[in-house]
This record gives sequence, structure tokens and C-alpha cells, in this order.
Amino acid sequence: MVKLTDKPGSVFVIYIATTPEKLWAALTSAEFSRQYFFGRAITVEPKVGGRFQLLMADGTVDCQGSVLEYDKPRRFAVTWHVEWLPEYRDLPEGIVIFDLAPSAETVRLTVSEIHDPALPEKFKEGGRTGWPIILSGLKSLLETGRVPKIEMPNPAG
Amino acid sequence: MANSRFVYVTYIRTTPEKLWRALTEPEFTRQYWAETWQDCAWTKGASWKLMIPDGRVGDAGEVLEIDKPHRLVLSWRNEFMPELRAEGFSRATFELEPQGDMVKLTLTHEIDVDGSKLIEAVSSGWPMILASLKSLLETGESLEATRNWPKDM
Repeated sequence: MVKLTDKPGSVFVIYIATTPEKLWAALTSAEFSRQYFFGRAITVEPKVGGRFQLLMADGTVDCQGSVLEYDKPRRFAVTWHVEWLPEYRDLPEGIVIFDLAPSAETVRLTVSEIHDPALPEKFKEGGRTGWPIILSGLKSLLETGRVPKIEMPNPAG
Repeated sequence: MANSRFVYVTYIRTTPEKLWRALTEPEFTRQYWAETWQDCAWTKGASWKLMIPDGRVGDAGEVLEIDKPHRLVLSWRNEFMPELRAEGFSRATFELEPQGDMVKLTLTHEIDVDGSKLIEAVSSGWPMILASLKSLLETGESLEATRNWPKDM
């Protein structure tokens, strides 16, 4: 079972010309996430132990977990379990951590994925492919008000 | 695969041609790459230098592969920090793939040295430089912290 103190298997960094407060809102609200997170609505109960879900447009749960840390607007961490793909449902949960650090006129956002040691390598590809798309879209949204359409790669292949 | 390796992927709303120009031409690089410019004839085998604004050579190497505007591979040795220079030549690969109205830019920087200090150094620099490049191409303005060469460097 994964712990917050485990070493992340993947780390993604991006700098966005915005404020921590605006970035936090974009990361934790459905109104924003639908625009840059492949149409998914993020719902987060803003407290440790609260429920976290990513919902698809038709209400299907993409993934879910619980809040491990909620330190607005610096850091939030959730357990992460994929629900919508049959092949993923029996996998152990992981942890995703979002760190927001002010850096000059920008915010440095670091997304860290902690994988269960038993997780087969191929299931890490989804994150490696997806997070750069998500974070690039988030940056474009906050800096230009527009998000381009990039197709979600099929995580199963 | 090299012993020390950094990979960065970002998507920028631009065209491969514009992104290629922004990666290679001084009028662009000076804005997002801390006032540096590249001295290079941009042909295979040509020598390549990343020039610091005060005239020092920052990094040097040669063009290993060039397929404009899709792929550029450089050999790359740091020149102005002795500990990094001693590691020798790394390899920096830029791949530009159009995806809709975006270009997917993949930067791979690697060297056959375990625990490379060069790769550690560029790993913290690249995300800032490439984020600034994206901001420049999408908003017309680079990120402020990247517009000038650091005074103490």
C-alpha cells in the first residue's frame, strides 16, 4: 500500500503565469477541470478524509479516492484509483500530489505520482502521456483563456 | 539508453515552423532563454554554441541531426562551469509533432554519466525555459524571470 512519504515514480513540473489562488481554483473545481482535464469534472471535499472524484460527462466515475492533504493554496494530495476501465479496476490505488510554489511572477506546479510497487510498468504510461497534455491545457487556459482540443490518448493502448 | 536522462513534454498552440524559429533564432531565444543566443549554421555537422549575453560561451557542441521543422539533435557540453564541463558531451533532442492546432514538443537531454550534475542542472532549467517559450508563443510575452541572464552566474 502506498504512503505519502514514498518516492514518486513520476514527476511533472510546469510554470504558469498566475497566482496560487487562481491555480488552486482551477485544479479543484469542475467548472475549470472540464475545460482542460479531458472533459472530466473534479470534485473534492475540501478536508483530509474527504472524497475525491473525477467524473466523465455522463456522470461515470473515471477515478476516485480520498483526500490525504488539503493545504490551500500550497498542496493537495489524493489517493487515486481508476474505475472506468475494466483492466484498471483491480489495480492497487496510487497517490497524486499537487504542489503549488510561487516563483517570481508565476506558480511552479509540481504533480507527483506515487505508484504501488506492484503496479506493472504499462499502467504508468497513461500518466506519462496524459499529465503533459493536462498541464499544458491548464497553462493555456489560465494564461490565454482558451484551451485547445487535444485528443485523450487511449490509456489501454 | 543513457545513464542520466531528462525528458520534458509540453504542448504549445503554434505551428512547427514557428516553434522551430523560436527554438533557434536569437530574436526569440533572448526573450525566454535568459538573453542567450545560438551561434550555429544549422546544418548537420555544424558547430553549435549557446552564447551568454556577456560574450562567454555557455554550452557548445555540434548539430548531430537536423530535420527542420521536425527534429533537432545536438551534442552539448557545458563550457563555463568546470565541474559540468568535465562530464563531457551530452545529447539534446528536440522533437516537434503537430497535433491538431498544437505542437507536441518533446525534449530529451541525456548523458552516459551516472548521477550527472549536468542533467541535474538542466532538469531544473528546462521546465522554466520551455514554460516561458510556451507563454511567449501563446500570449506574446515570455515569463519575466527568464528574460535576463542571472546576475550572479
